Amino acid sequence: METSGVHPDESVRVEGLPSSANSPPSGPTTSDSVPPETLTWTYRHALPVRVGHWINAISLIILIMSGLQIFNAHPALYWGNRSDHNEALLSIRPVRIEGGNIKGITTILGHPFDTTGILGYSDQTVRAFPAWATIPGPRWLAMGRQWHLFFAWIFVLTGLLFVSYSVASRHLSRDLLPSRWDMRGIGRAIQDHFFFRHAAGEAARRYNVLQKLAYIAVLFGLAPLIVLTGLSMSPTIDAAFPSLLHLFGGRQGARTIHFIACFTFVGFIVIHVFQVIITGCFNNLRSMITGWFAIKEARQ
Amino acid sequence: MKPRAISRRQMLKGAAGAAGLAVLSGCDNLSRSDWLRNLFGHTEMLTERVQRLVTPSHALAQEYPESEISAVFPANGNSDPGTADYARMAEQHFADWRLTIDGLVGKPTAFSLDALRAMPSRTQITRHDCVEGWSAIGKWTGVPVGDLMHRVEPLPEASYAVFYCADLDDQGTAYYESMGRADLYHPQTILAYELNGTSLDVAHGAPLRLRFERQLGYKHAKYVMRIELVRSLAGIGGGKGGYWEDQGYEWYAGI
Repeated sequence: METSGVHPDESVRVEGLPSSANSPPSGPTTSDSVPPETLTWTYRHALPVRVGHWINAISLIILIMSGLQIFNAHPALYWGNRSDHNEALLSIRPVRIEGGNIKGITTILGHPFDTTGILGYSDQTVRAFPAWATIPGPRWLAMGRQWHLFFAWIFVLTGLLFVSYSVASRHLSRDLLPSRWDMRGIGRAIQDHFFFRHAAGEAARRYNVLQKLAYIAVLFGLAPLIVLTGLSMSPTIDAAFPSLLHLFGGRQGARTIHFIACFTFVGFIVIHVFQVIITGCFNNLRSMITGWFAIKEARQ
Repeated sequence: MKPRAISRRQMLKGAAGAAGLAVLSGCDNLSRSDWLRNLFGHTEMLTERVQRLVTPSHALAQEYPESEISAVFPANGNSDPGTADYARMAEQHFADWRLTIDGLVGKPTAFSLDALRAMPSRTQITRHDCVEGWSAIGKWTGVPVGDLMHRVEPLPEASYAVFYCADLDDQGTAYYESMGRADLYHPQTILAYELNGTSLDVAHGAPLRLRFERQLGYKHAKYVMRIELVRSLAGIGGGKGGYWEDQGYEWYAGI
């Protein structure tokens, strides 16, 4: 979860910065035909946001990988309250073929796919997700659960702190919630993303509307969904809050939604990292570590 | 400039790959470290406290209509104790089998299967959630453990009940489980002698198995032979309160 702490009064305009900055040195000697550039430094991410971002990034990756370890103990998904073997929506199974070789077969809604090497059978081992994708690497359900349940607490507590901070500091209303003006520019923003046109100058100070919508959807949609479906798999929580199971289509339904939400997070992470890389990887990383974000602007 | 760009990219790729591998093997090494296990142990206590705080002690696990019963109820874990003693008892339909309840109780008692069947029973159609992730629904009939406790009169210092079972694993280690005192009196905590209206078969834990609804499947010990009330779980088995607990699974299996 990133942020743009858009505080115009906090930005510092530095001219003729040393060449360690991302722009060529500019000075009075530059010829008139090339517009000279200045680097504007803006304090983009407040400390709580930066700390929260990295704790969250680590927790999420560990949660995903330990979650796949847990999934491997019963690599099939269902709807409802029972896991009837012949009613699986998805299953990842090893199948012995003629000649004694083993194939990994992933079946989605009745359609089988050969996924040998990745799903079902990898590194001469019968396992749904491969060792490189799980924590711990070898099959070890008990330890996978302990990693998962520890980082689930970290994920939830960091999330609650982040939301409280964002409301109290008005980070939420100022930087994350899209304005009506933002929403009017949504068509333009989609076009810009499609053609990889990136915000420059003043516009790079704040999040674009698609970015805002993505963060809001994760913060108030995907994250609560994955936590609640996770809790719905707890038989004690089910006794205390039976309505959770009605909401999520039974215990196996909750497990299926939890899995889909997990891969939605994987999709979010892939797109997020891709955007970080193509919009100035080092500048973005620097701003999420030190807070400072450099903006190149043509001098008037 | 181009070759430098490629080498930087390769370097980054190599570094990312190496970092990934380091993280992975780091996690595997950490999994064997004492301090991490200790940390995870505290997490389990936190989870238990919070779950018990938000769950009323009288809250019942959901019960289902007959139409929801699983066609096949998987018999996970050991499906036959396989010992000569057990085979002989099974052959005689457990006529000389006894459930012994002893330890920190006022009246240690041995119950025959007929004596248990003569007591008031409870029937519940509940969902069994295995730690592996699957769920099955079955109809269980048995004696509420609370009723048995009223007969044997646990002493004030009894904090846990340990359930000793007839089944052994490949290494000869006996299955056992344990439960805190309060959960013994939960109305759905029963020792079941019937599954789906017929006497328990060997695969499902004949003649008697524990139903500990609201917790995961491995707490539901099969082939129960003896219940001992104790002050502490230390010194019993591996000291962690159960066969799977001794192998790293949580004692509190509410999630």
